[in-house]
Amino acid sequence: MQSLQKIKSRFIPLRIENVDTDQIIPARFLKATTKEGFGKNLFRDWRYENDDETKPKVDFVLNQKQFTGEILVAAKNFGSGSSREHAAWSIQDYGFKVVVSSFFADIFKNNALNNGVLPVTVSDAFLQAIFAEGADATLSIDLEKQTITIDTTGASESFEINAYKKTCMLNGYDDIDYLLSMKEEIEQFELNHNK
Amino acid sequence: MGKTIFDKIWDKHVVKIIEGGPSVLYIDKHLIHEVTSPQAFTGIEKRGAKLFRPQQIVATADHNVPTMNQHLPIADQLSKFQVDTLIDNCKKHGVELYGLGHPNQGIVHVIGPELGITQPGMTIVCGDSHTSTHGAFGSIAFGIGTSEVEMVFAAQCVMQTKPKVMRINIEGSLQNGVVSKDIILYIIAKISASGGTGYFVEYAGSAIRALSMEARMTICNMSIEMGARGGIIAPDETTYTYIKGRPFAPQGENWDKKLTQWKELYTDADAKFDLEININAADIDPMITYGTNPGMGLSVTGKVPTMDSISDPTEKQNFEKALAYMGLEAGQSLLGMPVQYVFIGSCTNSRIEDFRLVASIIKGKQKNASVKTLIIPGSQEVAKQIKAEGLDKIFTAAGIEIRQAGCSACLGMNEDKIPAGEYCISTSNRNFEGRQGAGARTMLVSPLTAAAALLTGKITDIRTMLN
Repeated sequence: MQSLQKIKSRFIPLRIENVDTDQIIPARFLKATTKEGFGKNLFRDWRYENDDETKPKVDFVLNQKQFTGEILVAAKNFGSGSSREHAAWSIQDYGFKVVVSSFFADIFKNNALNNGVLPVTVSDAFLQAIFAEGADATLSIDLEKQTITIDTTGASESFEINAYKKTCMLNGYDDIDYLLSMKEEIEQFELNHNK
Repeated sequence: MGKTIFDKIWDKHVVKIIEGGPSVLYIDKHLIHEVTSPQAFTGIEKRGAKLFRPQQIVATADHNVPTMNQHLPIADQLSKFQVDTLIDNCKKHGVELYGLGHPNQGIVHVIGPELGITQPGMTIVCGDSHTSTHGAFGSIAFGIGTSEVEMVFAAQCVMQTKPKVMRINIEGSLQNGVVSKDIILYIIAKISASGGTGYFVEYAGSAIRALSMEARMTICNMSIEMGARGGIIAPDETTYTYIKGRPFAPQGENWDKKLTQWKELYTDADAKFDLEININAADIDPMITYGTNPGMGLSVTGKVPTMDSISDPTEKQNFEKALAYMGLEAGQSLLGMPVQYVFIGSCTNSRIEDFRLVASIIKGKQKNASVKTLIIPGSQEVAKQIKAEGLDKIFTAAGIEIRQAGCSACLGMNEDKIPAGEYCISTSNRNFEGRQGAGARTMLVSPLTAAAALLTGKITDIRTMLN
């Protein structure tokens, strides 16, 4: 897994609530058997008319050239619905390292963390302050300090992440290595559990 | 202080609590399907590791499968490759597979309970958010991502932060024509599509106790639609009667031993919840959704909300976007609106009881000529039972075709899709944009309300069709 310590970047503002994972990556793209290449289909049906790449929908933010960056900022309840990890893969493959929202769905949050994409939960007021910024504004995120800052105004807020997941993100460790190292403990647990 | 049923089961499965982090939670049963498992198999192979407990995994093919001519090779090459990959992976890693053509094949959340694999007190996971279904048996069951599928392959554990626990009490009797799907749609409309996020939900009260296992599964199934990780209902005689004698149910002395353990699975009288909600069963009408998330629901006789009821600008914008997608006006009534499709199926409502409900309404009547149908049993076993009970004859006489088992038009990964702009009355669980096909307009309802639409071709209050 890719590690992440600090990031300063412009951001893409997605002012839509309850973005479900069917929108992030529609079901017809789940027929793949590898994790690669999902970025080109991120938000596919919001990006293109009639599934046609030559007809981008001009009012959708990913198609507006003034917006760019490695941070996606979305309205509340981001990533609801299906557990498909393809949603996190598509966000990462598109080039995002951080998703900021005032509220994340649980499964998406786990999936993002397991793929080196940092979900940053901010207050409603802070989210509105970010949305109020122009396309040239940048955000700075410091995972070690657990802070997010709007660079133009200096407004800053701290965010929550559990200590274990923070260590994993900072160092690029993954849970599977950790669990593999616990095998004997798990075997011991099973002896009692299966009685 | 007493414990909730959730706490009792959770605590029994914690291998270790990581300081300042999640718990390592032991998983008793792992269900897999073709869509969310291939990358996990590849992952485990890349690490040079083996599946730790393959005998605790059961696989089936459901999301991609056609619902006609299942004896023929799958025509869609990508779907075929994904299903074939599951076959290869299961063979290579020693996992039991109920694939196409197997009598146990079906939607993963239908076959688990049906085969007696799902049992009280277990932890059950699957790379599918509707794994919450299995909580109806008094188990902790939740959906996971593919990285977590790989974790369970590697170590039969997942890393989870213990959620908060909410109890929803539903007391009293339901109106005639109101069923469990209406209960859960009512709850989600009340607390919103994110109101359960961070929680596990216990459903309790006399209205829940009165429900069959099939009806309880429908409720637990849609827990995820309010953001909750899962739902749980304490097991009782209804549960034990359902499980007894099923292929994977404990037998003989082992049954008695398990039954004694299961009877300990209840919430203690003095247990505390992080949140409690009380609902009067009689307040619940037949429900229908009008928007693009399952929280946007109302009584079938109700009116779409108006803009003045919303103050937040982003929310207003989202509400307008949803109504534009659905082709509806704020303040309008839905009763009498023509619908083009009726879909009866999905892990929410494709069990034998759902087919009995629909059959009871359409018996001796004719389908409305303008309605197209997708009627999909949840499993081969449900299909077999439909025939054994003669329900198929009732459908055929009404001019309705019953197809073969799979997830079908719930998410349209196979050929079963709803065309753009058309309305589909659906017994499934999600009305997201494009869920049933690009531009499709989904309205979630109970099997009874779907049956009414089969006959009238319109959104109908089923209560007006009952005595």
